[in-house]
Amino acid sequence: MTDVPHLGRPRRVPAFLETFWASIVVFSRHRVSFTALIFLILVALVSILAPVIAPHDPYVDVGWRNSPPGEDGLILGADGDGRDVLSRLIWGGRISLLMGVVPTLAAMLASLLIGVVAAYSGRWADQVIMRVLDMFFAFPIVLMATVVAGILKPGLATVCIAIFIALIPYISRLVRTTTLTVKNEPYVEAARSAGGRGWEILSRYIVPNVIAPVIVYTTTLMGFMIVLGSALGFLGFGVQPPAADWGTMVEEGRVVLRKAPHVSMFPGIAIVSVALAFGFIGDGLRDALDPRMRGR
Amino acid sequence: MTPAIEPILRVEDLRTYFNLRTGVLKAVDGVSFTVEPGKVLCIVGESGSGKSVTALSILRLVDAPGSIEGGRILYRDTDLLDLSEAQMTDRIRGDRIAMIFQDPMTSLNPSFTIGEQIAEGIIAHQRVGGDEARIKTVELLRLVGIPHAEERYHDYPHHFSGGMRQRVLIAAAIATEPDVLIADEPTTALDVTIQAQILRLLADLQRGLNSAMILITHDLGVVAAMADKVMVMYAGRVVEYADVETLFSNPQHPYTKGLLDSVLGLDAPADVELHSIPGLPPVPVNMPAGCSFRPRCSLALDVCAQSFPELREAEPGHEAACHAVDAGLARS
Repeated sequence: MTDVPHLGRPRRVPAFLETFWASIVVFSRHRVSFTALIFLILVALVSILAPVIAPHDPYVDVGWRNSPPGEDGLILGADGDGRDVLSRLIWGGRISLLMGVVPTLAAMLASLLIGVVAAYSGRWADQVIMRVLDMFFAFPIVLMATVVAGILKPGLATVCIAIFIALIPYISRLVRTTTLTVKNEPYVEAARSAGGRGWEILSRYIVPNVIAPVIVYTTTLMGFMIVLGSALGFLGFGVQPPAADWGTMVEEGRVVLRKAPHVSMFPGIAIVSVALAFGFIGDGLRDALDPRMRGR
Repeated sequence: MTPAIEPILRVEDLRTYFNLRTGVLKAVDGVSFTVEPGKVLCIVGESGSGKSVTALSILRLVDAPGSIEGGRILYRDTDLLDLSEAQMTDRIRGDRIAMIFQDPMTSLNPSFTIGEQIAEGIIAHQRVGGDEARIKTVELLRLVGIPHAEERYHDYPHHFSGGMRQRVLIAAAIATEPDVLIADEPTTALDVTIQAQILRLLADLQRGLNSAMILITHDLGVVAAMADKVMVMYAGRVVEYADVETLFSNPQHPYTKGLLDSVLGLDAPADVELHSIPGLPPVPVNMPAGCSFRPRCSLALDVCAQSFPELREAEPGHEAACHAVDAGLARS
């Protein structure tokens, strides 16, 4: 093996890890995106470690009803049933993050398949797929999710399915448009002229060049989906009491909004800040996924 | 003109049509030619004359609504039109017949390093392992004159200038030592100073590999420098076909003459007005009978409106498709 010439930098890791690392370096140059990512990781850790971290049982009253932040030793106060808002927030984060991330990622994968197939096969398959998606498009996304959530039994799975279905038309459309552009790039024709097989061109030329904008869009959507999931929770389609996601918590505080604004306010802040963080991460990803931004 | 060498590729009566809503566009209409190992055939013509479609037809890469309607493309003794799609990808495209495209800026996959892209082709066609392919790739990059080849293996296409990218594409094309190289205006997108370097590189490699080359261009300077034989195309048809000395010294077809006249020599007086062929080339949809060059031709006869002139030998080894030439009017 001594004959193998030294190809550039010493290489101890596989190529994809090197690419991954280069992307992280680019990403970390974005101050705001990087901060947002750290913030989200913290939120996720806190949610995952809820049983350890939460100071109280989220389902048991531990203080006076609606007691304001700081009283009874409850940092964020108590809700209308005297339960610790902070503990409920920590437990609720599990549900809200799950609703934001999992169905959105699933929808991205499904859309990638649908969009690429539509654009790549063209002709009638494209027409059929896109016209069906157009039908879904006719409904506003919240209404669409509401309809799905209304058909099934309320619960976390229902909200996830609703978000998954509601998102597919949006992401598929982006995938299809991007694929159509990439498909006509000269490098795809060059690959064909060099004897690339159909699936090779799909996996090495089409998908890698389509995926970046799709990931960026999906990330931005995750924040919005936490809001949407919260809205569905607010409408009562989500998890059922006494469990609560952040949206449900906002709803619970609605009746006492004047007397005890903190009950709604803290989950509201959580929703907004996490949604914003996802948006900022999307910005950073846009650069991190662009090979042109990677250094030598 | 026919050398003793057997042609490696023989195209006979190739017809590639595009079925458009407005009618049938005969992009390539009855084109025949041969290329021999170690020789260069230049296909010359204006935009839309069918040069590029001819090249894509050879690799059977014409997309709908276009299709190859007839003719034969004989590589050695195999008609490429008889092969299955799988045989084309496995044995022909990028293996025995390789293509170099016009725009080096967009002909490389932006998501992978150039080394990976070249090595990928080698692995696919030559059934060698990753290490061997990488070594070969670095050798190829050196061969096409890319400095620090080992390091540049890991660079992405956007790290390269246009000329360097075209070298990368050439390296990829010659990786499998193809029998036929098709270069579709390989220097059009490059700076004039780089053009000569790239052409010299191409010519050296092609001769070194003893490959046949089909060079598509509209630059007569390139033709003079590179060609052994020249085929002039107009509106999907061959109007003149000769070896390069004959074509430049004794052009027959009025279109070829027009092309040659519209190039200024270095010794031309400074105040001479540049000659241009009047009018525009036709879009070959629903072409009327008769010669497609007739509306722009100074020698047009009555017969030119009635039938398309056949490609006929004007002198041994020199064919032209022109009624006026047939009538002996075109002697200058």
